[in-house]
Amino acid sequence: MSIDVDDCVLVAEGLVKKYGDLTAVDGVSFCVRRGEIFGLLGPNGAGKTSTVRMLCGLTRITEGRATISGYDVVKDYRRVKELIGVVPDLSNLYWELTCLENLLFCGEMFGIPRGERFRRAEELLKFFGLWGRRNDKFKDLSRGLKRRLTIAAALIHKPAIVFMDEPTSGLDVMSRRVLWGKIAELKRRGISILLTTHNVREAFEVCDRVAIINKGRIVAEGRPWELRSAFSAEGIIEVSFRPRNPDVGEVEGLPGVVRVEERQGLLKVITSDAAATVEELARFARSRGYELYLLNVRGVDAEELFLKIVGES
Amino acid sequence: MFSDLVRAVYIAKKDIKEYYLKPGSVSWGLIFPFVFSLAFMVRRGGVSVWLAPGMISLALFFGSTSMSAMAIVFERRIGSFERLLLFPVSYICIALGKSLSSFTLGVLSSIPVLILAGLLVPTPPTYPSLLALSIVLATFTSSTLGVLISFLIKDPSQTMTIFNIIRFPMMFLSNIVIPVSTFPAILKFVSLLLPLTYITEAVRYAYSGTYDIMPPEASFTITLILGIIFLYLASIIIKKSIP
Repeated sequence: MSIDVDDCVLVAEGLVKKYGDLTAVDGVSFCVRRGEIFGLLGPNGAGKTSTVRMLCGLTRITEGRATISGYDVVKDYRRVKELIGVVPDLSNLYWELTCLENLLFCGEMFGIPRGERFRRAEELLKFFGLWGRRNDKFKDLSRGLKRRLTIAAALIHKPAIVFMDEPTSGLDVMSRRVLWGKIAELKRRGISILLTTHNVREAFEVCDRVAIINKGRIVAEGRPWELRSAFSAEGIIEVSFRPRNPDVGEVEGLPGVVRVEERQGLLKVITSDAAATVEELARFARSRGYELYLLNVRGVDAEELFLKIVGES
Repeated sequence: MFSDLVRAVYIAKKDIKEYYLKPGSVSWGLIFPFVFSLAFMVRRGGVSVWLAPGMISLALFFGSTSMSAMAIVFERRIGSFERLLLFPVSYICIALGKSLSSFTLGVLSSIPVLILAGLLVPTPPTYPSLLALSIVLATFTSSTLGVLISFLIKDPSQTMTIFNIIRFPMMFLSNIVIPVSTFPAILKFVSLLLPLTYITEAVRYAYSGTYDIMPPEASFTITLILGIIFLYLASIIIKKSIP
């Protein structure tokens, strides 16, 4: 897929980060378009965090360059800081300040006029469901609420792009759902987001494009469905028969079937051609006197795909 | 430039809200210098005009350095210091902001000792306006020194230990209790290497109209220059802290 660089809010070209003899990032290039969620995925130590830290000025760039809205992240670092919002993996706002005070302080540091600061803080607190807790100290919030406030703080100055490092890390299912909903809403409002996360499934659901980084290099990049079709033609069919499931070996013998696993009364059929295998399964059931009780077709799991891509790289 | 000054004030304001009531600030910044001064002044009975400025210097020095220890080392430990690096401000603005919050606690720490001195010392300060200026200058330099040391500390759990290793010898070598002029040559030399010596001499002249080893022109000027140097070095260290 060709990308028009003019349409990109962030352009990274050949970024290299060396710590002594260790090369943490080795020539990483990508761009993030306006209003898209771009996921940077990779195993621990792959170079995700070093890449993001270079982009936001918390680590020096060894080689290469990056621009945000056309401004060089090194030469124009003060201007760049006005254009970026950063949500670190730790919720690191100020413990003794209230929710409102934390946002107002961030607003002050970005030079937002007083009246506007209050207006934006109120708007963000309401958006993240924290208005009722505005006078509570940061240290008294739950982990999920701390996360929400940390994201709110990154948005107070209306940045062109927000870097989010593991935004849902350590949160329960409900909090994660709420937060992903908010992140999707931010995208609808036109905010670009660079997301780094270990949660590949969630990233594949929410990101417009993803890049998979391993050993400091980008090994795959594209829309989630593009990666699925490029790296795996496999599909997964979950099927159950009545009165009982046939032997795994019988199903494995069907055309197109790569392998079959049985788990909790369900056969998980991995196939190279899902449509043809569904037909074969129906024919098989009819011919052997089985009834198809459950049939569910889905693409290859995001985590499996991720492991495959990383493994191949 | 002006916007950086304003933002330094915002950093200081935030630190004051965040750290003034932390145990480290209260115990080492307020209680210790006051109790120490009280012990020295009461023990000696009639307080000499020579001792009072030393106690004032000690109070502002402990107040300001304790605050910087809290406001910097603690923030570095929990990761919120990095947040300051993400704001569109210069490194010197960050160092100045941290120094200003330390400055405020330093001045606050000196007030109870000033009152104590006012009650116990038979003669009033010789140059009240100059005393105010000397306290401002001395606290500024103490604050920037505290900020500088805080950025050099690698292990947060050792903060107060390291600060006290630096501060306690200064208490006895910097003209606070014992006149430097009575020291043997080697200790006199060591004393001249310590910023608190100049700070104390400046405050002493303003309070009592006398000095031990250094005329006021020199002590005031050196105190100011040291403050500026410490501030600049702190900003360099912040910049160098980016890997």
